[in-house]
Amino acid sequence: MEISPFVLFWAAIFTSNVLLTNFLGMCSYLSVSREMESAFGLGVAVIFVLTVTCALNWLVYYYLLVPLNIVYLQYIIFIIVIAATVQLLELMIERFTPALYYTLGIFLPLITVNCAIFGVALFMIIRNYTFLQIIAYASGSGIGWLLAIMMLAGIRSKLKEKLIPGGLQGVGISLIVTGIMALAFIGFSGIVNVQ
Amino acid sequence: MNKKDIFITSAFKDNSVIRQVLGICSSLAVTNLMLNSLIMGLGVIFTLVFSSLTISLIRNYTPRSVRMMAQVLIIGSYVIIVDIFLRANLPEISKQLGPYVGLIITNCILMGRAEAFSSKNNPVDSMIDGVGAGIGYTLVLLSIACIRELFGFGSLFGLTILGSWWLKWSIMVMAPSAFFLLAVMIWIMNDKVYKVKTS
Repeated sequence: MEISPFVLFWAAIFTSNVLLTNFLGMCSYLSVSREMESAFGLGVAVIFVLTVTCALNWLVYYYLLVPLNIVYLQYIIFIIVIAATVQLLELMIERFTPALYYTLGIFLPLITVNCAIFGVALFMIIRNYTFLQIIAYASGSGIGWLLAIMMLAGIRSKLKEKLIPGGLQGVGISLIVTGIMALAFIGFSGIVNVQ
Repeated sequence: MNKKDIFITSAFKDNSVIRQVLGICSSLAVTNLMLNSLIMGLGVIFTLVFSSLTISLIRNYTPRSVRMMAQVLIIGSYVIIVDIFLRANLPEISKQLGPYVGLIITNCILMGRAEAFSSKNNPVDSMIDGVGAGIGYTLVLLSIACIRELFGFGSLFGLTILGSWWLKWSIMVMAPSAFFLLAVMIWIMNDKVYKVKTS
């Protein structure tokens, strides 16, 4: 069944949130969520890179890898496309909008190794999305990721002065908070199903 | 450092998941079934051992500026081997693991070991370190999967343990339980085993 891109966009944010249901992008999610400001910067960078690289990867996959019958090389090709795009974006942002570079620039190298970018590209192949669908799914996933990291950063800034059991400080409490967030997001899961 | 120390350090003392919080994505996603976790763990061990060996062998010939890209490409090649092997021999499990086999490439454990160990040490030590880190990762996966499969499906490795009287906890199959279990595991390990000093 063909899912309309619009439905897919909302589904990617709420019902199948890339972080809270598919566990993608956990490393940078846990390490950059100390402050709201940097969390927001990274989130915006993820939305941007995710949409651009998924569109590029879709084109590369269906117009290069499939005709040449080298689909098995997809992992390496995708990684190269992602790394190259990030480098290029970094250069362009630095050249044209220095102001943006100071807020976004430091996050861009982190994104090459963010599994959300690579994971969404692999999901798009497994689920046979069309070009419009992947644009919607990728941008939705990016926004969903931003939402999750902003929520965690907000909660963590409140938790700073609270007494937390020793072994649970840092990563432990962040994972528990994330688990509660994931529980809340299960509440959305009846609305649409995109698996 | 002798060989045994290298193994113990990378498998237990500096366990990648618990102590360094690397490779969380896959350890949360595939742990709903024991069998999937075991296969995933073996895939990671294979990739780790051979990528450590290769990276260590070429460590003196790789320029510093391109070493990250070289490491990613080496890891990527081994992941492709794992993926093709799974698709050919275990198509059912390969389908269930979905994108997470490919995601071994961006698993931070691999880049972490490559950067911290095998780009500085000799091939034999690097392989031992790879085996250690892989086994540490697999053990964490299996212990989370053990709880999730037992309570969620009433079985272990697909064999029914708890019988039909057991009311399956559907929360254990869903995403939140993975977060909670890993958090509790980190908590217990930090308190009881590693005795982390708290501020």
